Amino acid sequence: MNLADSTQAMNNLLGSEADSQRTLYPYVTGTSVVGIKYKDGILLAADMGGSYGSTLRYKTVERLKPVGKHSIIGASGEISDFQEIMRYLDELILYDNMWDDGNSLGPKEVHNYLTRMMYNRRNKFNPLWNSLVLGGVKNGQKYLGTVSMIGVHYEDNHVATGFGNHLARPILRDEWHENLTFEEGVKLLEKCMRVLLYRDRSAVNKLQIAKITEAGVTISQPYALKTSWDLSAFKNPTAGAEGSW
Amino acid sequence: MSSIGTGYDLSVTTFSPDGRVFQIEYAAKAVDNSGTVVAIRCKDGVVMGVEKLIASKMMLPGSNRRIHAVHRHSGMAVAGLAADGRQIVTRAKSEATNYESVYGEPIPVKELAERVASYVHLCTLYWWLRPFGCGVILGGYDRDGPQLYMIEPSGVSYRYFGAAIGKGRQAAKTEIEKLKLSDMTCRQGVIEVAKIIYGVHDEAKDKAFELELSWVCDESNRQHQKVPDDLLEEAKAAAKAALEEMDAD
Repeated sequence: MNLADSTQAMNNLLGSEADSQRTLYPYVTGTSVVGIKYKDGILLAADMGGSYGSTLRYKTVERLKPVGKHSIIGASGEISDFQEIMRYLDELILYDNMWDDGNSLGPKEVHNYLTRMMYNRRNKFNPLWNSLVLGGVKNGQKYLGTVSMIGVHYEDNHVATGFGNHLARPILRDEWHENLTFEEGVKLLEKCMRVLLYRDRSAVNKLQIAKITEAGVTISQPYALKTSWDLSAFKNPTAGAEGSW
Repeated sequence: MSSIGTGYDLSVTTFSPDGRVFQIEYAAKAVDNSGTVVAIRCKDGVVMGVEKLIASKMMLPGSNRRIHAVHRHSGMAVAGLAADGRQIVTRAKSEATNYESVYGEPIPVKELAERVASYVHLCTLYWWLRPFGCGVILGGYDRDGPQLYMIEPSGVSYRYFGAAIGKGRQAAKTEIEKLKLSDMTCRQGVIEVAKIIYGVHDEAKDKAFELELSWVCDESNRQHQKVPDDLLEEAKAAAKAALEEMDAD
């Protein structure tokens, strides 16, 4: 009798009764998103891949979306959770527009909203399994921030999710500077995305770059990066370690 | 029409011997005492205008909105008790977002009108609720084109080509009937609505008023929005000019 009671109590502590309703693992996932501030605004880059475990299952997943007039969001992690986040954001923006009072939500506000959402879900042991990048420009102020699935959030001049943190940010730390032009910014992002393409197994060679300035949002058409596999380091990869592959 | 329903008018759950529910009729009187609301359905959209009577010179122009967006594609103009109107608008917004989250497409205007009418009617069925003291004109644009509905405090809702509620509704309806709506674009419709409202405004009884105009049309990308400022000024100028012409006669 007592044992049954305590297990019931334990289950309730961990979440709602139907445990099958909690997020336990991600299924279709997107990989890194990289974002930088540049002279006129923010640039985000993400590929269009949705992996199903180790399979590169979907290759036209748009992981960069505009949010209202002043922001763009990039997501990595569970794609279905990203779609749910977009539904919440669309409703947020709709209600904001319906006020019709001359004000509109800026990137800082949207970032805060996302942080609250992610953190509160995490506290109920039912996280939205995403790492998000939120960038935008409002009234001349540039803003670039990130939120993780446990609610860790910060802003910086350059941010990335997932593998991007390990492979792209070191490049950005060396080569990012204030007042990059648009062309310099895109080249820098492409350099990061190329390294990710070489070294991240869940990257696909089809990416989009999103730009946001005071004037508005533009998300590029998908395109592929040029890769070079005849580098000598790739030619005989096991030269220094006979027997490995 | 002014019959006293002594004894049968204390509760909305009481019929009079001649089959009327007096409380609902009294609610309609609250609507009749408010500033005129005029709406027309042109060939490419819907235009709604409100004669917003200004109670005090202290009020900031542009405050006390009478036309509210209900969703991207539709808006509501309210006449009568403003607080009751706010409640109806909130309910309509919630019905619209709920429909979209369940069915994945914006709520058809007909469906929204039915839901709002149903809600208004609800409050005429219980003795512990009072009827809404406001009438609502709902204008929207969905895949069946632009549509205009009016919901009265009794909970009836009809679809219209042109509708008017409030003080000057009789005169406004006469003016609307003179218009050839099927040939009119919303650009022209805006000017006509402004003329009608300026025309029915009673200078003697009510001093100042503010004109609030909104539209949903092809030109606004089928989104409900306030009429752009330049067109609003054009409409006001044309309306004032038309008034002077009438006075000159």
